[in-house]
Amino acid sequence: MAEVVFDQASRIYTPGAKPAVDKLSLTVADGDLVVLVGPSGSGKSTALRMLAGLEPIDAGSVRINGRDVVDVQPKDRDIAMVFQNYALYPSKTVAENMAFPLKMRGVEKEERAKRVREAADMLGLTEYLDRKPKALSGGQRQRVAMGRAIVREPQVFLMDEPLSNLDAKMRVQTRAQIAEMQNRLAVSTVYVTHDQVEAMTMGDKVAVLADGKLQQYATPPELYDRPANAFVAGFIGSPAMNLLELPRSSSGVTLGGIEIPLTREVTNAVGSRDKLTIGIRPEDWVLESTDADAGSVVKAVVDVVEELGSESYLYAHLAEDTATKIVVRGPGRVKVRFGDPIAVRPTAEALHVFDVESGERLD
Amino acid sequence: MAVTTDTASDERTTATDEAQVPRKQRTSGANVWFGVIAWIVGIAFFFPVFWMVLTSFKTEADAYTTTPKIIFEPTLEQYEGVFAAGIGPYLANSVAATVISTILVLLLGVPAAFALSLRPVQKTTDVLFFFISTKMLPVVAAIVPIYVVVNQIGMLDNIWTLIILYTGMNLPIAVWMMRSFFLEVPGELLEQASIDGAPLWRTLREIVLPIISPGIFATALICVIFAWNEFFFAVNLTAANAGTVPVFLVGFITSEGLYWAQLSAAATLAALPVVLAGWVAQNKLVQGLSFGAVK
Repeated sequence: MAEVVFDQASRIYTPGAKPAVDKLSLTVADGDLVVLVGPSGSGKSTALRMLAGLEPIDAGSVRINGRDVVDVQPKDRDIAMVFQNYALYPSKTVAENMAFPLKMRGVEKEERAKRVREAADMLGLTEYLDRKPKALSGGQRQRVAMGRAIVREPQVFLMDEPLSNLDAKMRVQTRAQIAEMQNRLAVSTVYVTHDQVEAMTMGDKVAVLADGKLQQYATPPELYDRPANAFVAGFIGSPAMNLLELPRSSSGVTLGGIEIPLTREVTNAVGSRDKLTIGIRPEDWVLESTDADAGSVVKAVVDVVEELGSESYLYAHLAEDTATKIVVRGPGRVKVRFGDPIAVRPTAEALHVFDVESGERLD
Repeated sequence: MAVTTDTASDERTTATDEAQVPRKQRTSGANVWFGVIAWIVGIAFFFPVFWMVLTSFKTEADAYTTTPKIIFEPTLEQYEGVFAAGIGPYLANSVAATVISTILVLLLGVPAAFALSLRPVQKTTDVLFFFISTKMLPVVAAIVPIYVVVNQIGMLDNIWTLIILYTGMNLPIAVWMMRSFFLEVPGELLEQASIDGAPLWRTLREIVLPIISPGIFATALICVIFAWNEFFFAVNLTAANAGTVPVFLVGFITSEGLYWAQLSAAATLAALPVVLAGWVAQNKLVQGLSFGAVK
């Protein structure tokens, strides 16, 4: 049970260059699962490795349960880590792999065997205990790595993209398993992934990183409903939010010949800017009849239709501005095809408004 | 000597390649020609060695017939002769120099290679260059100072002199080879071990060495071959007490040069241990030398 605190923690590979992790500050509450998510090079793995003690902390501090761990060896931080490639010891059996951290800690043999058995039961690995990792499937290896972390009974679990080597079906299954197990054990967990779906489904809270900087730290619904900036808006959600740079009009912004009104609070926040980045999620468009009045709908032409069964996504470009692309969620079994015209209208209440230069949220 | 091993492995590679080529591909004309050339080259390398082994089982009279005899009554007479001429102590010296120097190389080289692979620092390349630079000086140029030193400390014709020199001779190559194997070990494993709390020597022994054992084995075999075949130091620094098989062989050529069959028997005896070692270890050796491809 532990609280993890990053306090202005930085990792600078070469002095003078841009830090890999730049003054990261966030708190993982006791028992929470926090996901660090971001594109490659965002510093998420580096941040995790700083917590593990595999990378030095060049400035600021990292605390586990109030104890500053900057100068503490990895083995003394009371953590367990699951690596992307699982890092199972190839010459040891499953049971030996799982018992190894306990052995290194001088845990008695009977106690080791008992804890390995319990973890193996929980993960359905009992019949594989005598096998070498080579003779296991990807999913089984992943579970052994989890098991090795569990038997440690650590203060904090660290997971570095633990699902990215599994096939799609296995990934969804294991995702639920990890979330369930983490809830049951209530051990604070820091989980790194580049997959925003994993982040949204697993995290109690999610930290979005880009270029070594924390962009937003919030619960998944908050991230989705009120992204702090255009980067988070574009990163969270699939397909991504439509981010359109639009000119101001008297009471709102203009898109494809129609005026989209802005609420009074937004108008106040926007001030004198003559351009805005407007975010519209694919599901926040309303499909209208193509016969509708030109002044009330945006006309577009379909490029690609992604039919998912229960819903569909229409990738289209505007009829009067072919360079502007939009994604619209439609119903399942939608009738339109490549080249068909469509007419859409954004839901005014669901707009996200960002500054064009800084990308910061304005409302 | 080196020729023997090369030839043997050439032959094997050719054979397996042929077997693995699907039948359809074999119909193409170019492949047939490459096959023919490979066999010709292989036979050209192998034939002299084959003839040497054959001759060693002949009587001197059979060995000297002007139309060479392929069919003859084999005899072990020549081998008896070689042992009677006193190859025994030389064989013992060769075994001692080879085995002990190889063990020393591994004891010193494994930790060195592990250290150099673990965390590349600025000096790593300098150290590696220093190791390999010791191989740049021709041995001929080094022999005079070495002789003087060995003479001064009274170690001439002493097997330990050869053991130390062979260790020094093989160590740089072994460190370079083994370092490349160590580099193949995924960093995650070492990091996992450090989080698990394994001390360095335990990480090395329990986790890293089992993974790269084929590579270590291949390195050891190469050290064995080099040490067994070494001639220059041996001939200059030893005499009757610490002489090795190559020294014996050369002495034999001068004294018994006209006895082809017996000379062939001595040469075959000298070649046999390394060929045998290579043959027994061929699977591990290939696995070790192509280690990077296995990951």
